[in-house]
Amino acid sequence: MTDTAAAHTKANANANANACAGATAAGGQDAEPRARFRDLVAAEWTKWWSLRSSGWALAATALAVVGFNVGMAYDTYRYWSERDTASRADFVRDGIPLSIAFSTDAAMLLMLALSSIGATVIVGEYRTGLIRTTFAAVPARRSVLAAKVCVVAAVTTVFGAVVSVASFGLTQAVLSGRDAGVALDHPGALRLVVASALLAPVSALVGLALGAVLRHSAATMTANVVVLLLLPLIFSADRHWAAVIDHALPAGAWNRLTAVGHQPVAHPWTAGGAWTVYAVWAVAAAVVAVASVQRRDQ
Amino acid sequence: MIEVNELTKRYGGTTAVDGLSFTVRPGHVTGFLGPNGAGKSTTLRIVLGLNDPTGGSVTVDGRRFRDRPRGLRHVGALLDAHDVHGGRTARTHLYVLARSNRIPRRRADEVLEEVGLAGASRRRISGFSLGMKQRLGIAAALLGDPPVLLFDEPLNGLDPEGVTWLRGLLRRLAGEGRTVLVSSHLMSEMENTVDHLVVIGRGSLIAAESLAGFAARGTRPSVTVRTPDLTAFTELLTGEGARVLQQGPDTLTVTGLDADRIGELALRHRVLLHELTARNASLEEAFMELTADSVGHVAGADR
Repeated sequence: MTDTAAAHTKANANANANACAGATAAGGQDAEPRARFRDLVAAEWTKWWSLRSSGWALAATALAVVGFNVGMAYDTYRYWSERDTASRADFVRDGIPLSIAFSTDAAMLLMLALSSIGATVIVGEYRTGLIRTTFAAVPARRSVLAAKVCVVAAVTTVFGAVVSVASFGLTQAVLSGRDAGVALDHPGALRLVVASALLAPVSALVGLALGAVLRHSAATMTANVVVLLLLPLIFSADRHWAAVIDHALPAGAWNRLTAVGHQPVAHPWTAGGAWTVYAVWAVAAAVVAVASVQRRDQ
Repeated sequence: MIEVNELTKRYGGTTAVDGLSFTVRPGHVTGFLGPNGAGKSTTLRIVLGLNDPTGGSVTVDGRRFRDRPRGLRHVGALLDAHDVHGGRTARTHLYVLARSNRIPRRRADEVLEEVGLAGASRRRISGFSLGMKQRLGIAAALLGDPPVLLFDEPLNGLDPEGVTWLRGLLRRLAGEGRTVLVSSHLMSEMENTVDHLVVIGRGSLIAAESLAGFAARGTRPSVTVRTPDLTAFTELLTGEGARVLQQGPDTLTVTGLDADRIGELALRHRVLLHELTARNASLEEAFMELTADSVGHVAGADR
């Protein structure tokens, strides 16, 4: 990244300094190794996992999301006998097993929790004052934030994958007790699993970006709720202009990617468009997070 | 070497630092003094590139600190002992800092040993006293074996043993040829520690000189004299151009003549002296006098 260029300049400066002045009296600055981005990633990785709350927050979120979905599947299983024959017959054809595999409520919960977890990575440093210690040790602030982006993206992608696959597997296992489960090769199933998994890093990066800009916990959490949960509620998809905004939001994209089959929608759009929305949010959030620390006082 | 040039920092309408220039040289412990709100911490933050100056510049060993990709091998700093995350252990805190600067882990263990925290290294920082946090901050500053060290009020919260230890450490670091800048708002803390002083008030420079030079600029030295022959001796001293103040039934404070000259006068005029003591102006007095005009918050001043 930007580090490489900076490191070259540094190496030249050191070479010049050595040539002019020979060895310096105190300090080991002559022996300074080249600055590497991966050391920052390793440091951020250790920072993340050395706080007990990080692990607990992920575990609790995973339990809640998977529990939500499995609970819904269990309800269907339990009240199966109350459905009439036609409803049972159309159950799989209408794609209902997929809407149970990862429910809208579970997705909202996932967005809320992951955006908080992402925000904590930076807001926690501002709250404790650690950010000043961090930036005094690494004056290349943008590199620090880029390292945070990498760690957050990696951890939450794996987390999202585990939660999404577990939700799908467990809900379908429960439904198959009524012969109503589907496999991963069912039309739309894989897309649902991937879209739900990637909702985790997208939300976490949005949280990280808002946290880097706002720096305060309460303000960041409020902004997370507004951007990820409230806006999709306000801009429902019946009018064209509102639909355009809805489709540009992560929640709208998730809805599009997990929508099952043939419900008619007022303003249809492509799955490719929805994937693009995911990508744009993730990249934009990363850019905002990295850029936000450069000019402001810390 | 730290060079501060015409540094100015404004926050909205308030000017925290106002055209400040001074140089901190290697091989000495330099005290950075000023009353509360004088702009010491703001200046240190600008040195570390955490805040951008409104005007002017600061270089550390010839370069802007912000332009270095990694900092610990260039400047070690303790700004605020609370700038840590309480949820991590002392050693993890240092491992993270060390890793980010490509410093081996064993160096973190070494500095923990050096500051006397080896026994508490696996404990979470939230359980640390202020003194222990100061020691941890000092350990972090030492991690990169840097040629320049900045400490903002490092004596806060240290016990007497800790104060003695830190003074020894500061002197040793300076003795190794490093640049050491230590801030404080108490002159008494600095008196036995520093060789040079940079004194600021309301963001402007008041003095930048050696400790002895600074003391000489304050209250002039005086001599305490005890004699049963009070009236006669007072007349004699006044006749020689001294200012004499009667302090007790047999005690005088004399300024304008040194102790040698007073003793000589007493001998020549056969005046019995019970005491003849030269008193140097205390640094504390000099400090109070020079910063009196620039104290931001005087108790009861607003009434």
